[in-house]
Amino acid sequence: MPMTLAEKILARAAGLASTKAGDVVEPKVDLAMSHENAALVLHQFKEIYKGLDAEPRVWDPSRIAIIFDHRVPAESSKTATNQKRIRDFVGEQGIAKFHDIRGDAGGICHQILPEYGYVRPGYVVVGTDSHTTTHGALGSFAFGIGATEMASVWALGSALNIEVPKTIKVVVDGTLSKFVSAKDVILNLIGVIKANGANYRALEFHGSTIRNMSTSSRLVLCNMSVEAGATVGMVPPDVETKRYLRDEAKVTDPLWMEGPDDGADYERVETIDANSLAPQIACPHTVDNVKPVTEVMGKKVDQIVIGSCTNGRLDDLAAAAALIRTKKVHQRTRMLVFPASWNIYKAAMERGYLKDFADAGAVVMNPGCGCCLGVHQGAMGDGEVSLSTTNRNFKGRMGNPNAEVFLCSPEVAAASAIRGEITDPREV
Amino acid sequence: MSKVITLLGDDISTDHIYPGRFMATVLPSETPQFCFADMTELNAALKAKQFPEGSFLVAGENFGCGSSREQAASTILGHNLNVVAKSFARIFMQNAVNLGLPLLICPDVDAKEGDELELRGDELYNKTTGKTFKIEPLPPLRQAIINAGGLIAFTRERVKAKLAAR
Repeated sequence: MPMTLAEKILARAAGLASTKAGDVVEPKVDLAMSHENAALVLHQFKEIYKGLDAEPRVWDPSRIAIIFDHRVPAESSKTATNQKRIRDFVGEQGIAKFHDIRGDAGGICHQILPEYGYVRPGYVVVGTDSHTTTHGALGSFAFGIGATEMASVWALGSALNIEVPKTIKVVVDGTLSKFVSAKDVILNLIGVIKANGANYRALEFHGSTIRNMSTSSRLVLCNMSVEAGATVGMVPPDVETKRYLRDEAKVTDPLWMEGPDDGADYERVETIDANSLAPQIACPHTVDNVKPVTEVMGKKVDQIVIGSCTNGRLDDLAAAAALIRTKKVHQRTRMLVFPASWNIYKAAMERGYLKDFADAGAVVMNPGCGCCLGVHQGAMGDGEVSLSTTNRNFKGRMGNPNAEVFLCSPEVAAASAIRGEITDPREV
Repeated sequence: MSKVITLLGDDISTDHIYPGRFMATVLPSETPQFCFADMTELNAALKAKQFPEGSFLVAGENFGCGSSREQAASTILGHNLNVVAKSFARIFMQNAVNLGLPLLICPDVDAKEGDELELRGDELYNKTTGKTFKIEPLPPLRQAIINAGGLIAFTRERVKAKLAAR
């Protein structure tokens, strides 16, 4: 029976010859990622061992990754204490894939995992973060779980209770126009299929546009797949996947390069014509409230945010810097830039992008998630409008239920910074 | 028999249920104070314990979408509420099952604030309107976790078996 990529990976990880959508399996976990919420995971992990005649030991410390990114450096003593507990636990258990608050190793978890070669095609990756879907860009089955579920994974090494998802095939063909990028593709898809359009489903990305995309862009597609409710978003591994893992992530191990089988059973097919796609924007207060940017042009913006696990990679910063270089951020607007990792920060520094941003009036921040979810830096005032390259715009998302958040690409964000209002980058 | 305390729409995200700025608070014993923190009246009423145990929150499609934060499940659990929705987002549903928060998947639910609801086996009865709605059963493995008293107890048994097999 031909299998989708999701079915194939789950069969491999569960030790079965095949699986089909609807089966409930218990796959072995290849990589288990947490960030600051490891504080709750380790609390629950110790609860599991209560009353047992054994010290709590994780099943395999080499398969656990912990990255501090949500509140870095700590914004409160509470966070600092949580981070200290996690740091102590990492030492006790011998967890080597630990990325502390450091300029030589730190960053946002969804950039660190690919950048350091922790994710491979065919892996089952779980993370206590909903945007763990990001890692499907490298051909893995990667999904978000809660803290107690992760505690169970730390104890057992497998993910309980996983229902093999039905797969929606997304075919994107054609060439994206100048100033149109992966962010516009995924916003467009979410706008069409809606916030629960892929609930409990896998999205499998195909087509010439995807084949020609860099891994960096594919990570954007898979990152935001969860905003349509998808369990996972996946790009079948190909030449580009191999190039990224070998040349950028410096992975030397053999790679499992399986794609879906011909004749695999897809629930349905969604198609996107890249040639005719215009810059998109998600309007308040849901990610699926998507319009072409031309429909909201002129809306005044108080704060522009470029960065995050969605759009904080080097090509995103390059695109934004190219637009804003030698120009100025509008007087009424402030602009914050969050590179996705310290390696990206330093590469952007070497290429002069950070100077371009600062010269234009933007503030370059340290890599981290805090602003996107309203927990650390860049909070919004009452009645203010944010235009952001992040991935969520729910009411209250950026720390204030009386603010509005619009979501867009780095190109739209940079062009809008110059005019202080929502702007089509094709017009700047 | 308990009342519907509030009616919520579609796509209620975990940012609504438990805003991100309270995420440094993680323990299930401490999260209930921030339940629906940005819906100030509801939050105040919950904190004042104005609702009897077993009261109903009724929502539309995709309840609990967004972040994987488990606080969104533990914060409701601390108020001993029943959650009824037309559908639930995947991670939220799993978190709720793992912590033992009762979720009722009721695709056709029709109720207003103040209506009296009663759980009758696999049906939800709206005493105020006289209508009855089918509740979708949980998949067997999820039910097994609930029967075990939550995922911690369920996994503890698995660890026990692993230790015994050594």
